[in-house]
Amino acid sequence: MYSSAIIEETVVRLLREAECRLPPDVRRALENALSQETEEVPRSQLLVILDNVRKAAERSVPMCQDTGVPVFFVRGRYDVRIEEAIRRAVYRATEEIPLRPNTVDPVSRGNSGDNLGPGMPPVHFEPTDEDHLDIAVLPKGAGSENWSALKMLNPSEGVDGIRRFVIDCVVGAGSRPCPPTVVGVGVGGTADMAIALSKKALLRPLGSSNPDPELREIEGALHQQLNSLGLGPMGLGGRTTVLGVLMEKANCHTASLPVAVSLNCWAARKAFARVHPDGRVRFSQEGFR
Amino acid sequence: MSPREITSPMSEQEARSLRAGEIVFLSGEVLTARDEAHIRALELSREGRPLPFEMHGRALYHCGPIMMRDDNWKVVAAGPTTSARMDSLETEFLRAFRPSVIVGKGGMSLETLKTMGEIGCAYLAFTGGAAVIAAEALPEVLGVEWEDLGMPEAVWRMRAERLGPLVVAMDSHGRSLFHEVESDVHSRALLL
Repeated sequence: MYSSAIIEETVVRLLREAECRLPPDVRRALENALSQETEEVPRSQLLVILDNVRKAAERSVPMCQDTGVPVFFVRGRYDVRIEEAIRRAVYRATEEIPLRPNTVDPVSRGNSGDNLGPGMPPVHFEPTDEDHLDIAVLPKGAGSENWSALKMLNPSEGVDGIRRFVIDCVVGAGSRPCPPTVVGVGVGGTADMAIALSKKALLRPLGSSNPDPELREIEGALHQQLNSLGLGPMGLGGRTTVLGVLMEKANCHTASLPVAVSLNCWAARKAFARVHPDGRVRFSQEGFR
Repeated sequence: MSPREITSPMSEQEARSLRAGEIVFLSGEVLTARDEAHIRALELSREGRPLPFEMHGRALYHCGPIMMRDDNWKVVAAGPTTSARMDSLETEFLRAFRPSVIVGKGGMSLETLKTMGEIGCAYLAFTGGAAVIAAEALPEVLGVEWEDLGMPEAVWRMRAERLGPLVVAMDSHGRSLFHEVESDVHSRALLL
């Protein structure tokens, strides 16, 4: 059993780290992108981005005003008090960091002012029998979230169909999700699972190798092809359209091939904590292996 | 070449002198308006009622900031939002209120581009997510209207001091960098 107070404190700190500090893998990918660009306009965009990232960390303020919806991924023994502690932490973080009050009623558009409300924040719980509790947060801004897509492919379309759909999503989104983006792809499962996998994929470090050799190959090919499009930083042209492609898969019905895409903006924010029963907490922005 | 400095409010002639591809820094009066503020402004305009702020010749900023209040309002984070969301409202908005420049991200539709040509308005692309750089360049809040719409959707009147670098991405002469890049991207995508 974990102390609710420790979980609440841990989640406030996770939100602050995720919002104010770009994970090191993403910063390296942006620095690498800058070294690839030669034209003034794409270079100007990446220079502003890196300067902004540095200043946000120095001042401990959110790097982007769209502090997003904090999507939580929790692994451990289920206990309803974990979700209650997460909600209290979101309430506090909204005032303390501060976060922009983003969540509204979908019909009346009324804003609760505290980033809570029915269904908010989303918490994906994966029950395990391990002694520690892993909490990850992925704050997701609307600029990129609004380009999420799902397609139920015909199984005969195969790998080429998957590839085509991901390219179409990135081309269709164009300048709007704040490229260079990170492309999360979920393949298989049921429709709802494919979407959840595409989000979960965004938690893996950029540049890490996918343990599945087939997915690794598709990721590499797509990364190269997407960067040949010339969309560039902020859609103003250039060599860097995506910072990486990250895929997850699950088995699916023999007559189905679901594919989902979740784009993350260049501000690909994430933070991880591992809480031990004795109250020790470890933090990371690249996850635990 | 050092980047060009521009100041809001500005004349239609100066707005028309901005050309796609230029990099500029913006000072002076900037007003935020997103979806909800566009809708309310247009409702008032259709009823023939005045707005509580002046937009003519000013910079319209597609932005929903994070603000903090101690004695006065202070800008915490204020990067641009996706301008395309306002496309269906912008033609009527531009004709009714005539801002000189739009600051946003991601660009706008060909219909909006045409209206920009009609009234003499340029679209300045600001790096999406550059919220801290923006806050630094917005040292003073001059006022806020329509706070009932919520912090992101209210109209914030701010003073800018060298906001930028901004890329003139759509000009009043019918050029749009976004559409030029997009058209190239579509042709390349067909080959993949």
